[in-house]
Amino acid sequence: MPIGFIEILDDTCKGCLLCVAACPKSLLHQTKKKINKRGLYPVEFVDPEGKCNACRLCAIVCPDVAIRVYKQPRKPKTEQPAAAEAKAG
Amino acid sequence: MSAQRVFMKGNEAACEGAFRAGCKFFAGYPITPQNEVPEYMSKHIWDHGGTFIQSESEVAAINMLMGASAAGARAMTSSSSPGISLKQEGISYIAMSELPCVVMNVVRCGPGLGNIAPHQGDYFQATRGGGHGDYRTITLAPNSVQEMAQFVYLAFELADKWRNPALVLSDGTIGQMMEPVDFSEMPYVEPPDKSDWCLNAHQEGRERHLITTIYLLAEDMAPVHERLVKKYERIKKAEVRYTDYMSDDAEILIVAIGSPSRVARSAIKAGREEGLKLGLLRPITVWPFPYGVIRQYAESDRVKAIVVTEMNWGQMVEDVAMAVSGKKPVHFVPKHGGLTFTPEDMLEPIRAIRENPMNPETLWVQT
Amino acid sequence: MEAVPEKKRVTVDGQDYELVFGRPASLTSKPFTYCPGCNHGTIHRLVAEVIDELGIQHRCVGMASVGCSVFSYEFFDFDFISCAHGRALAVATGVKRVQPDTVVLSYQGDGDLAAIGTAETIHAANRGERITTIFVNNAIYGMTGGQMAPTTIIGQRTTTTPEGRDEHRIGWPIRMSEMLALLPGVAFVARTTCHDAKSILKTKVAIKKAFRAQLEDRGFSMVEILSNCNVNWRMTPQDAVNWVGEEMTKVFPPGTYKDVFAEDQEKARADAPSKTKAQSSEKTEV
Repeated sequence: MPIGFIEILDDTCKGCLLCVAACPKSLLHQTKKKINKRGLYPVEFVDPEGKCNACRLCAIVCPDVAIRVYKQPRKPKTEQPAAAEAKAG
Repeated sequence: MSAQRVFMKGNEAACEGAFRAGCKFFAGYPITPQNEVPEYMSKHIWDHGGTFIQSESEVAAINMLMGASAAGARAMTSSSSPGISLKQEGISYIAMSELPCVVMNVVRCGPGLGNIAPHQGDYFQATRGGGHGDYRTITLAPNSVQEMAQFVYLAFELADKWRNPALVLSDGTIGQMMEPVDFSEMPYVEPPDKSDWCLNAHQEGRERHLITTIYLLAEDMAPVHERLVKKYERIKKAEVRYTDYMSDDAEILIVAIGSPSRVARSAIKAGREEGLKLGLLRPITVWPFPYGVIRQYAESDRVKAIVVTEMNWGQMVEDVAMAVSGKKPVHFVPKHGGLTFTPEDMLEPIRAIRENPMNPETLWVQT
Repeated sequence: MEAVPEKKRVTVDGQDYELVFGRPASLTSKPFTYCPGCNHGTIHRLVAEVIDELGIQHRCVGMASVGCSVFSYEFFDFDFISCAHGRALAVATGVKRVQPDTVVLSYQGDGDLAAIGTAETIHAANRGERITTIFVNNAIYGMTGGQMAPTTIIGQRTTTTPEGRDEHRIGWPIRMSEMLALLPGVAFVARTTCHDAKSILKTKVAIKKAFRAQLEDRGFSMVEILSNCNVNWRMTPQDAVNWVGEEMTKVFPPGTYKDVFAEDQEKARADAPSKTKAQSSEKTEV
């Protein structure tokens, strides 16, 4: 399982490509396969090998808040139910 | 100040009127002949829980006023002609933002630096909007120290009632002279609560408040304009104010505002002694202008001519001529350069007008 | 354009993920209308993040200036007023004096703050108004189509300096941060850039300090942020941010020019030895 992944808001992305240069793993590309509502080619996130570690650099340089970054919760999986129970309690 | 009847200067009386109306913010810049206003404000506004700022410019002062008004305070600035020109930018924005505020102009002689003598050259500027774009400012013209206080007090009320800038169009004479003022009709009031639209620090649980003047699309701007036009039409119907003096049987009607209207009263008294049936109509609001009442005089068989006396090259006379609509001859008796009228200055041309109501010497001809 | 709703948690193939980077609450849901690659969006987001972190969203009042950021009020989700060109800090002064509990933000560009509004800027700073100014310096007039700005650098081509800015004809780029740092009313002034992730994070730190200066009643605060205008510079967004990092920073060196918090620390450090001395002398007296 990858540590993280990102979600690109296709219709918010303006294709400036600043994120493409910022990604240390080169997981972002402008494929020109689709056109968004703005008439621009949005950037696509392609990570078949699960390299994304949710470093957020793409989102930090994105001028349009078009990137959402998701990451595995910090705590190990085994502790999670306990934490959830504690919260519920 | 607790005394109800005080002997004071016009500019200072204006400040007292403001305090009684609940003015909590004043920003201004020194310029003669209105310096007593920021001086008096800087000394006393703190006692009324307000704030005074001597701004870096007139431009900054009016924009500070915009901020203070947007934040919900009753706010005022004052200046004299060249300074008011600088304020016009801000007045345009304030009018478009529909923010209330009071701007006092103690008019001096222009154009340019001109001089510091009393004058009425800013009539057009005050009554036609003055800055860029289509808007109007409610404009009150005092002619006594009493009215300086009273009209500033009233201006605050009207500004809040209509959410529009209100001007007090005074002149150097009224600002500088001293007279007794009776404050009994001007009780201290709490300014109205504006928390339903003002910018404040209590935004939790309410829609955010936005004050803007920009509507890029004509389709968005047009309804805003329509709303403003309707507001101005309502102001015209509701707020026309004027006063008259011996005008019931007058054959020659003088129309004057500010210090010339005081001289006109003396001229009327002196004129009546020599058999001239003179009367005075004094607009109190010059915008909205009392067109209707002047039209009634013009339509009366008794009135032979209408004489406008102004300390300028002819400004209010255009409004009067518009009201009269050619029904009676309109004459213009000016004073130039900051010189002031004597009663005789008015009586001499009026005698000639009685001899010949079409006397070309003073007849106002629209060119 | 409707934004896709944000989910705080998602599960992919049985694995839980949590949102670690999303849209700050102090921004409205409206997508920015700035050009692709324009740093206005970056700076808006940073300001909103800081406001969220300080928990002051419902106390904030923003001043929208004239220029590309004229519609900034459509993106920030708190009270706003749009001001005349250059007058934001005068309006801000009025708001802050009447409502001292508000947190007042003015968001201005270089033409607004350093040309037509220079007097308002200097005097608001000199009065020590408790206002935080975000000054976006992109060395050009973007909204009007790329004319020379007060901060246009020597040799830079604009539509009104077609041969490049010539200092003998039109003077030098104006350095506002350095100028304002001289004024005693200023509590915090720093210049940062937005050309890469590191500099963007530094910018956020500076913005937070600037708001802190206002919240702690220390005086006027401003962050000058070097930004790009790739469209009017006739560059790609990436080339434009590189130009900010490589060329603009030579003329406008990033740095903290005034920082009362650092001064406090220095003072405390300087006072510390004398305190121990005083304590020791007390001891000897005893």
